[in-house]
Amino acid sequence: MTTEWYIVLSALLFATGASGVLIRRSPVVILLCLELMLNAGNLALIAFSRMVGNEEGQVFALIVMVVAACEVVVGLGLIVAIFRRRLPLNVDDLRELRG
Amino acid sequence: MSATTWAWLVLAFPLAGSVVTAAGFRAISARAVGIVGTGAVALAFACAIGALVALLGDPAEEQRHASHLWDLANTAGIDVKVGILVDPLSVFMALVVTGVSTLIHLYSFGYMRSDEGYHRFFSYLNFFVFSMLLLVLAGNYVLLTIGWAFVGFASYALVSFWYRRTTATKAGMKAFVVNVVGDIGLVLAAFLLLRELGTVDYEAVFELAPGAFDTGEWTITAICLLLLLGAFAKSAQLPLHTWLPDAMEGPTPVSSLIHAATMVTAGVYLIARSHTLFLLAPTAADIAAFVGVATLLVAGTIAIAVTDLKRVIAYSTMSQIGYMILGVSIGAYSAGLFHLMTHAFFKALLFMAAGSVISAMANRQDMDEMSGFGKAMKFTAITFVIGGLALAAFPGTSGFFSKDSILSFAVDRGGMYFWMAVAGYVGALLTAIYTFRMIFRVFPGEPCKEARHLIETGEVAHEPPANPHTREPEDTDVGFPGEHHHIAEQSWPMAAAMGALAFLALVGGLIQVPGVDHVLFSFLEPVFADSPLAAIHPSVGAEWIGLGVGSLVAVFGIFVTWFVYWAQPTAPAYLRERFSAVHTLLVNKWYFDEAIDLLAVRPVLAIGRFADRTFERLVVDGVVTVAVDAARGAGGAVRGAQSGFVRSYALLLVAGFAGLGLYFLLSAS
Repeated sequence: MTTEWYIVLSALLFATGASGVLIRRSPVVILLCLELMLNAGNLALIAFSRMVGNEEGQVFALIVMVVAACEVVVGLGLIVAIFRRRLPLNVDDLRELRG
Repeated sequence: MSATTWAWLVLAFPLAGSVVTAAGFRAISARAVGIVGTGAVALAFACAIGALVALLGDPAEEQRHASHLWDLANTAGIDVKVGILVDPLSVFMALVVTGVSTLIHLYSFGYMRSDEGYHRFFSYLNFFVFSMLLLVLAGNYVLLTIGWAFVGFASYALVSFWYRRTTATKAGMKAFVVNVVGDIGLVLAAFLLLRELGTVDYEAVFELAPGAFDTGEWTITAICLLLLLGAFAKSAQLPLHTWLPDAMEGPTPVSSLIHAATMVTAGVYLIARSHTLFLLAPTAADIAAFVGVATLLVAGTIAIAVTDLKRVIAYSTMSQIGYMILGVSIGAYSAGLFHLMTHAFFKALLFMAAGSVISAMANRQDMDEMSGFGKAMKFTAITFVIGGLALAAFPGTSGFFSKDSILSFAVDRGGMYFWMAVAGYVGALLTAIYTFRMIFRVFPGEPCKEARHLIETGEVAHEPPANPHTREPEDTDVGFPGEHHHIAEQSWPMAAAMGALAFLALVGGLIQVPGVDHVLFSFLEPVFADSPLAAIHPSVGAEWIGLGVGSLVAVFGIFVTWFVYWAQPTAPAYLRERFSAVHTLLVNKWYFDEAIDLLAVRPVLAIGRFADRTFERLVVDGVVTVAVDAARGAGGAVRGAQSGFVRSYALLLVAGFAGLGLYFLLSAS
């Protein structure tokens, strides 16, 4: 199997994630879609790593996973805090930072 | 221990005392604060004696030791160290300052007893002693300026000590502003010395100056005149004297310590210390002598007319400092410093005794209301008379020998200095008159209401707290003199301090009697060895003629006062009528305050208002307004992007990256 197919799959996953972030309003789903985008990136990294023949891409993928785990911790923490304060779980309604 | 180690200890104790009393104002009881404050200065005095003993162990030509702790500024072209110079002059000054300060701290221990600000008072007072010692022990002009400014601050803080009184805070500000005018002179003089000689260190300056300047050259004259500006402001000489009478708003121990015995004599010390420079600028030295003579006459005449007890003594202080300035300017260095020492004794004593009287008057100071305190307060009366006799140069007292040693030197130099000496004798007559005017008005005669109260009940008169000048009722929270008053008869620390000073005022002059002994002059001789003027010594016979003239003048003055104020009770009123124009002039203090207001204060205020209307409003405000508008406009232009919609941010992000990706794709192919 050539590398192209992996890249195509990765691009599809990324596009799915990005459009999810843009379209959906629930913070939980947005977080899931972000995960999808990160993992699309991971897939591309590992595919290129295999094509080139060294391990650097795999190291990067591991780092991305760590970052993703951190991001989920913070993101879910925020969502729980929002929920507890009985604020709307809708990113369009959370717009206190308007300039 | 070496003399310099002792000198550093002299500096360390009052500083430590000030820090302890200030930091521990909650933890330490009032009694302990008094003991710590007084003890710190007493230890400094002990160390000053140690320095004296160490210094006397050296041969006369090696009695000069410099020592430094660390660099204050050490860069291109300047090397200033935190250094002291220990020589007979600085040890002499340190002894006078710490000795008199110890007694005045002891006096304050009793006098300030019921004041709410007891801790604050001792902390300020210790800080003042530290600053004054820094001033006299400093080894270069920069450290001198630092000590000079510190004593100015201490004076401000203590004049305004009763800060609920608007009159006191105003007097403090006046003292501070006038002193800052002098500080500017001192700083500029130090700068000119640095520019011309490349150093500000005393030893180096006095070594280089005679080679670097021709006698009478304009640079050295300018330096000396700038030094004089500082000296005149600090020592209350014409025309920068107006702050001193107002400074009497402070507590009486402050008037005694700062505005009579020590700080105001700093100008005399400065001229004596810089005598090498003044030798190169005879014009400046003569100007100083003229100002001294003018001040002693003007202040003496005002002192005859004012009725506020403390202000009379304040004008007397100005007048006596006039003598000292005259002395050190014409070359009678040791004589001027001798008078500085005896004046510290008897003037501190007079203020203490006056403080006791003022306490008995429930804080009122007007002599018109006082009489008959001699019966009510015997100890105070006796010490006041002793101080008065010394001030009036009554034969045998300390002031008698010191004042006449200045005047006989002036006579000996001849020429215009002879006429200065004549003016000095006229001033001595004035001194005798205003001193005994105080005594005859306050102590003998029918007891006034307060004195009678004291005799009958044995208790000090009590009045609701009020400002002694405006009579407006006082806020009794803090910053006012306390509900209870203390007099020497009922407070042993006050009596002890006054007793010791009375003794010194009587016999202090005996260390320097013409033809008999010359302890002080031979001790100070090494400092002034480089001055040809110091070699002039009036013959013993001439000095005794001077002493004879001085005693005649003093006794005649006392007799005239006795005649006018005691034997002929109607005479003062008659004289006031007869010479009403003169009296008005004197009561208004020669209109110096009004003249300064017109010539200096109002123009400066007008310039300030003009600058406010033009430069401040148009230029400064204009620049600020434009800058603010620019920032606000730029912010307004981009704030629309911050919609707060997370998804729109995400869309922009995606679009941006997509655009970038597209660009790279296109440019790669």
